[in-house]
Amino acid sequence: MEGELAHIGAGLAAIGSGAAAIGVGNVAGNFLAGALRNPSAAASQTATLFIGIAFAEALGIFSFLVALLLMFAV
Amino acid sequence: MASEAHGEETGGLVFHPMDQFIVKPLFGDGAVSMFTITNVTLWLALSVVAVILLMVLGTSRRATIPGRTQSVAELAYGFVYKMVEDVAGKDAVGFFPYIMTLFMFIVFANFLGLIPMSFTTTSHFAVTVVLAMLVFLTVTIVGFVKNGTKFLGLFWVASAPLALRPVLAIIEIISYFVRPVSHSIRLAGNVMAGHAVIKVFAGFAAIAVVSPVSVVAITAMYGLEVLVAFIQAYVFTILTCVYLKDALHPSH
Repeated sequence: MEGELAHIGAGLAAIGSGAAAIGVGNVAGNFLAGALRNPSAAASQTATLFIGIAFAEALGIFSFLVALLLMFAV
Repeated sequence: MASEAHGEETGGLVFHPMDQFIVKPLFGDGAVSMFTITNVTLWLALSVVAVILLMVLGTSRRATIPGRTQSVAELAYGFVYKMVEDVAGKDAVGFFPYIMTLFMFIVFANFLGLIPMSFTTTSHFAVTVVLAMLVFLTVTIVGFVKNGTKFLGLFWVASAPLALRPVLAIIEIISYFVRPVSHSIRLAGNVMAGHAVIKVFAGFAAIAVVSPVSVVAITAMYGLEVLVAFIQAYVFTILTCVYLKDALHPSH
């Protein structure tokens, strides 16, 4: 029974990946909106874009980690 | 991880998508111990050899008009150098050899893992955690050596109102120590998930009705994985630069 509950928990933790997807989409979408308004400044900001994406993604990764722990460690 | 998954139902697939990540001894079938030469050892060594071949052989002729190999080596050098200079600052250029090594190693490990039947070393947390811990220790030691106790100012946000600062300090300390975790799991998680998805589609290819769709999906996912392999190496290095900048200039 406990193992099955852990699987349900892992599935619930995977929702966090979707939340991270919203965050990453927000960052990339806003970057694109800004880049289309001022294309000449876009190239200098790609590093910032990736840093922003990485930070948004980091929290999604924790939910992925929780899912992995529930699947294989509990 | 994968051996545990083996014991369960494989859900009708011919193979388990996690089978590709099993660490096996290269010679014989003995148990894997500390110094066993495994497939991980082989592919780690291959990526090191590939980097050396590209960078040493590629630039050894030092032609004024670069050939193909030299062009690639010079492009990679310039790309990473500019990244270090732009993100970490001019005084971080001393760390360029380390960051260049990190980038080239991860990029080659990722791309070698994309060769069919090969082993993706960066899909294992053990590999990426070592890389991330090394970055974390380097950054912490450099921070204390260069700034002394002023490095702790990184956690004491001077621009915030005084009442908020202790709360922010706790958050900053947590986020500082979580860095190696997110740094390593980002790389391994992305690479592992991508390869597992390709294998899941490959499992569907055995069913005749959906096999054309599956083959198209594998091709598309593979294209995405080529992109991800590069982007994750880029993100890993750029975050190293960001952390390094924090260590060199801890004031907010």
